[in-house]
Amino acid sequence: MVTAWLILFAPLAAAIAILLVAIHRPRLASTLAIAGLGTSFAATVWWFLQALHQPMLLPSETSVNWISLPNLTIPFGILLDQLSLLMALVVTGVGSAIFIYSTGYMAGDAAYSRFFGVLSLFAFSMLTIVLSTNWIELFMGWELVGFCSYLLIGHWYAKPSAADAGKKAFMVNRVADFGFLLGILALWAASGATPAERTFHFHTLQLRLPLLAHAGTIAAGTLPVIGVLIFCGPMGKSAQFPLHVWLPDAMEGPTPVSALIHAATMVAAGVYLLCRAFWLFEGVPQVLTLIAWVGGLTAFLSAGLALVENDLKRILAYSTLSQLGYMVMALGLGGRVAGMYHLTTHAFFKALLFLAAGSVIHGTHEQDIHKLGGLWRSMRWTSLLFLIGALALAGFPGLSGFFSKEEILVLAHEHSAPLYWIGTLTAGLTAFYIGRAWCVAFLGHPHADSHSGHGAAHESPPVMLIPLALLALLSLSAGYVGIPRFLGEHAEEFHWGVAIISLIVVGLGLGLAWLIYYRRAISAQQLAHALALPHTLLQHRYYIDDAYTWYVETIQQRLIAGLCAWIERALIIGLFVNGIAWLTQTAGRVLRRLQTGVVQTYALVFLLGILALLSRVFAW
Amino acid sequence: MPSLLFSTPHLAWLMISPTHYVRLSAVLFAIGLMGLMTRRNVLMILLCIEVMFNAANLAFVAYARAWGNLDGHVVVFFIITVAAAEVTVGLAIAILLARQLKTLNADEVRLLKW
Repeated sequence: MVTAWLILFAPLAAAIAILLVAIHRPRLASTLAIAGLGTSFAATVWWFLQALHQPMLLPSETSVNWISLPNLTIPFGILLDQLSLLMALVVTGVGSAIFIYSTGYMAGDAAYSRFFGVLSLFAFSMLTIVLSTNWIELFMGWELVGFCSYLLIGHWYAKPSAADAGKKAFMVNRVADFGFLLGILALWAASGATPAERTFHFHTLQLRLPLLAHAGTIAAGTLPVIGVLIFCGPMGKSAQFPLHVWLPDAMEGPTPVSALIHAATMVAAGVYLLCRAFWLFEGVPQVLTLIAWVGGLTAFLSAGLALVENDLKRILAYSTLSQLGYMVMALGLGGRVAGMYHLTTHAFFKALLFLAAGSVIHGTHEQDIHKLGGLWRSMRWTSLLFLIGALALAGFPGLSGFFSKEEILVLAHEHSAPLYWIGTLTAGLTAFYIGRAWCVAFLGHPHADSHSGHGAAHESPPVMLIPLALLALLSLSAGYVGIPRFLGEHAEEFHWGVAIISLIVVGLGLGLAWLIYYRRAISAQQLAHALALPHTLLQHRYYIDDAYTWYVETIQQRLIAGLCAWIERALIIGLFVNGIAWLTQTAGRVLRRLQTGVVQTYALVFLLGILALLSRVFAW
Repeated sequence: MPSLLFSTPHLAWLMISPTHYVRLSAVLFAIGLMGLMTRRNVLMILLCIEVMFNAANLAFVAYARAWGNLDGHVVVFFIITVAAAEVTVGLAIAILLARQLKTLNADEVRLLKW
């Protein structure tokens, strides 16, 4: 079991060590971070191999008492089963590649050590989510990753847009996590009649909830409400509509952060949570339907946004949203395996795409795809690796993304016709936008005024390219290693009809992108002109950001804050503070007239007082 | 012991009982109080206070005699002592008023008003 604890705490030890001794020693900091996560990765691999040889080892759980209160004990533990092991493997594996890449990408950064310290802390937090045995432990990790995400988005905090993006991410997640925490507490309250019986523990809840629901102890409407509340968490963390707005802005962070946190791992935590707590959602089909539709709409709408975006990283961010939508949709349709499968392959190819984009940014200091162009000549390796990632994302046959996306589409085909068509259409859009990004940025001619101030584009150093190559290898091969089989459940059958339709759609998408953006057979401007209405809608991002801005500025700042300000000014300051002062002052002004200074007035008052006293005495 | 002269019933109104003393005391007190309220001269006010003190003394002595108790006498001595001290202070104030403000009119002395 020591190895299990090692998985979790090696990155934390690295983070603490960096904070204590390496904050001014960049080389030591990155070494410590890589050593920490590497240890964690090795321990995960060790467990993975053990589990392959002896499947009986799983699930394995170990825990210590973390919080002990009367009637409430919360353990801090490690739960290793197929699900958590696969996720831990993704986190530590992709994480290690990205850590190594970062040593090249972040070289010379002023806050190099802090970057690696927070990255290590993030790895620990993420593994806490993955390996947690109960809701409270998971929630702690959940908040910690949010915090690390905030720190890393705002890594270049002197840039106002980065600082704002960090705040935005934090705020949006705050809204979502409020619902999530309510859900956790409601679930706890429903899990037993007396406080002593109640529990946060996953496994106990999994066994107990059906019994309680069957016995009628839990009211009929309770579980759906809990389900929706808990789904708020994934909606924020995995950036589902309408809480997706923070993820594109999160691209202000350094690219390795975008790759690790905002593509491969943290944003997938929501999907992981849905898998982890699938027993809860299984019992409430109406919530599952909601989840499926939220996922499906997110997939489709975000793919649309990626069509008109010009920033390379933001295209990938919208693509991440869209793919997360696929996963959530799969979960909503009851496909744990399909969802986790796509999560895994997506982690590989999306990390690859982001790191390749980072390599481009590193080489050219430019993110606008229209100002790039012709990179195929100057950055051969990066272009090739980006292409592999792009094809995997598009679902090119034989690559990992193809297999996992097929699983989801087959699942949708079986359960819901509208969602199937939305998914298929999204696959076409995906192929189109990634084809567009590739054609515009990597093919064609270098833009006239591009790279002007920075010299010619240059290929990145091997320390950045090797992790890319490893991820490309994984993106190519992850479809063949039997991930669904490891998860131990029946995977969807391969369906020829679905495969052929999706291939046609993907081919159309890629072909159109090729025609429009490479051959220039169709003018992009004329197309945008012809489709003016949807184009405007997309360019304004469905006006969702504007709606939030309107809400915050008008409702919150003007109306609610105005009301609060009025209450403070009129009631608290006006009535209570100044009112009491006024009362005292006025009373003083009136009462001081009594002090005439004439000694005989005092004598008269004295006399009257005595007469009053005497009259009391003699009245009795 | 009642003498022959005062033993005849129709002359009983000539008897000086404690009531008479108390009534005299009340009259004296009222005279003093009226003076206190109406006079403006500080010296006169002090004198009026003195009259009121002695009205109180008279009442104490009268009751002490009526009840054959010494407590009233003791209190009278206390009051005389305290009154002496009070007059000392009062006269000192009067002298200071005369020197500083050139007046003994109490109405003109209103430095402590608002």
